Amino acid sequence: MASKLLLQTLTRRQPTTIIRRFSTAAAVATPPDYEDPSGITMKGVKISGRPLYLDMQATSPVDPRVLDSMLPYYLSRYGNPHSRTHLYGWESENAVETARAQVAALIGASPKEIIFTSGATESNNISVKGVMHFYKDKKRHVITTQTEHKCVLDSCRHLQQEGFEVTYLPVESDGLIDLDRLRKEIRPDTGLVSVMAVNNEIGVVQPMEEIGIGALYMRRRPRIRVEPQMNGGGQERGIRSGTVPTPLVVGMGAACELAMKEMEYDERRIKSLQDRLLNGIREKIDGVVVNGSMERRYVGNLNLSFAYVEGESLLMGLKEVAVSSGSACTSASLEPSYVLRALGVDEDMAHTSIRFGIGRFTTEEEVDKAVELTVKQVVKLRDMSPLYEMVKEGIDIKQIQWAQH
Amino acid sequence: MLRLASKRLLGLATGEAASSRPVQILPRLYHENVIDHYNNPRNVGSFDKNDPNVGTGLVGAPACGDVMKLQIKIDEKSGKIVDACFKTFGCGSAIASSSVATEWVKGKSTEEVLTIKNTEIAKHLSLPPVKLHCSMLAEDAIKAAVKDVEAKRAKLNGSEAAPAEKAADA
Repeated sequence: MASKLLLQTLTRRQPTTIIRRFSTAAAVATPPDYEDPSGITMKGVKISGRPLYLDMQATSPVDPRVLDSMLPYYLSRYGNPHSRTHLYGWESENAVETARAQVAALIGASPKEIIFTSGATESNNISVKGVMHFYKDKKRHVITTQTEHKCVLDSCRHLQQEGFEVTYLPVESDGLIDLDRLRKEIRPDTGLVSVMAVNNEIGVVQPMEEIGIGALYMRRRPRIRVEPQMNGGGQERGIRSGTVPTPLVVGMGAACELAMKEMEYDERRIKSLQDRLLNGIREKIDGVVVNGSMERRYVGNLNLSFAYVEGESLLMGLKEVAVSSGSACTSASLEPSYVLRALGVDEDMAHTSIRFGIGRFTTEEEVDKAVELTVKQVVKLRDMSPLYEMVKEGIDIKQIQWAQH
Repeated sequence: MLRLASKRLLGLATGEAASSRPVQILPRLYHENVIDHYNNPRNVGSFDKNDPNVGTGLVGAPACGDVMKLQIKIDEKSGKIVDACFKTFGCGSAIASSSVATEWVKGKSTEEVLTIKNTEIAKHLSLPPVKLHCSMLAEDAIKAAVKDVEAKRAKLNGSEAAPAEKAADA
């Protein structure tokens, strides 16, 4: 409806008053000044066109079907779902509850167990700190893993400062936890075991069903209670105060419903792209190592180390492919990723890692182009690498006494 | 439907708003000199490290994410550096620093190149503070290469070249 109106407005271009109403939208859609017909220049880098996107674990494009479901709640049904006195509020509340049911259906939970938050960082703060604060009289111990997301690790560190005890469970070299080891660590006063299902960096899938603990939703039987981290109007059953943003929640519901319908198909398709990417690269170059288990891995993730090539320079040469580096060099800390270190990846190999993320809209052509560009760049940098030269000469670089800086 | 509308929106916008683009000043991650040396590195390669007129400096460590190998070739008679080459495992700034270093040492005497300071390389490449270690590594690599060639020549010539080695150490 809204888009129809827009289209009519723009094709007819009259009456002028309506054009002016949309002038802000037109300004937003202006190509930014770093783009011109000859290419894109940004941060001192010139690229011939928009890079192909393989960083789906950072963020991903919205499915147009999801966006379609959201738009009415931006443009015409914009009520506050907590408004009780008029239709705008009621219809927004309905939409939020429908979305809640859609999310619950996807993970096999009851809608009453779903709490909408701003994202993973907030959810994890509520779960980790909220649970432990609520049960602080009886439970003083938390178990988590060394490869957990920063928001969990930092919440745990916060608890430590408050006097709680935290066990950071090491992982095996494939990135998975040892369940026997976990069993041994559980004590009578352990209040929480926090293990992420899919690692954001290396994509390994932990054996969640065997731990039997739900993380993203709040189980009601037996009831888990938490202390709220946000105080305010008492929305989301008092656990997460703050107005629920209807369009975003509606979009999440729509995305969950789509996932339920298409997950199997997507997984098959993305798996074939993952194979295509890995095999394509391995056909052309040696010394390519997959970080994390290949058997228990989310299919959209491929974290690779390229021996004898430093990750940041590889990324610099891969400006036409948007990917992430496993080492945090770009964030100025010059440290290889803590996740890779927990896996026991050699420090020099941790410096060479790149994370490829494949999504629903990634095409075979994009994967092939990524293979071509990656191989080309790795070959170029290896020709320039003293380590590669030494290995070719038969020198064991692990035996050399390097002067550490 | 929506896609069509947004395309038209974009089309319309390019026509009308081109003159009133906002000026954005973005922080630069790499200076153009770094990018130039990264894209077209000068003097990549290797000399025979057993050649008595070749000095090899290998500095850094794989675990730190930077290893530089810088080699210089000395003219036997004049003692001047006639050629230089490098191979580097490291970030773009490390590659650029070593590329610049090979350019700067050519045609100079071994005494002269010891005066090349990391600050000059860093300034030339506009390295940010987190990348200063790349330029220090390049300076270290030059010194190590000079030390290596002078030690070799001292061994060959006996006492003749000994004072030169002392000068390098000082």
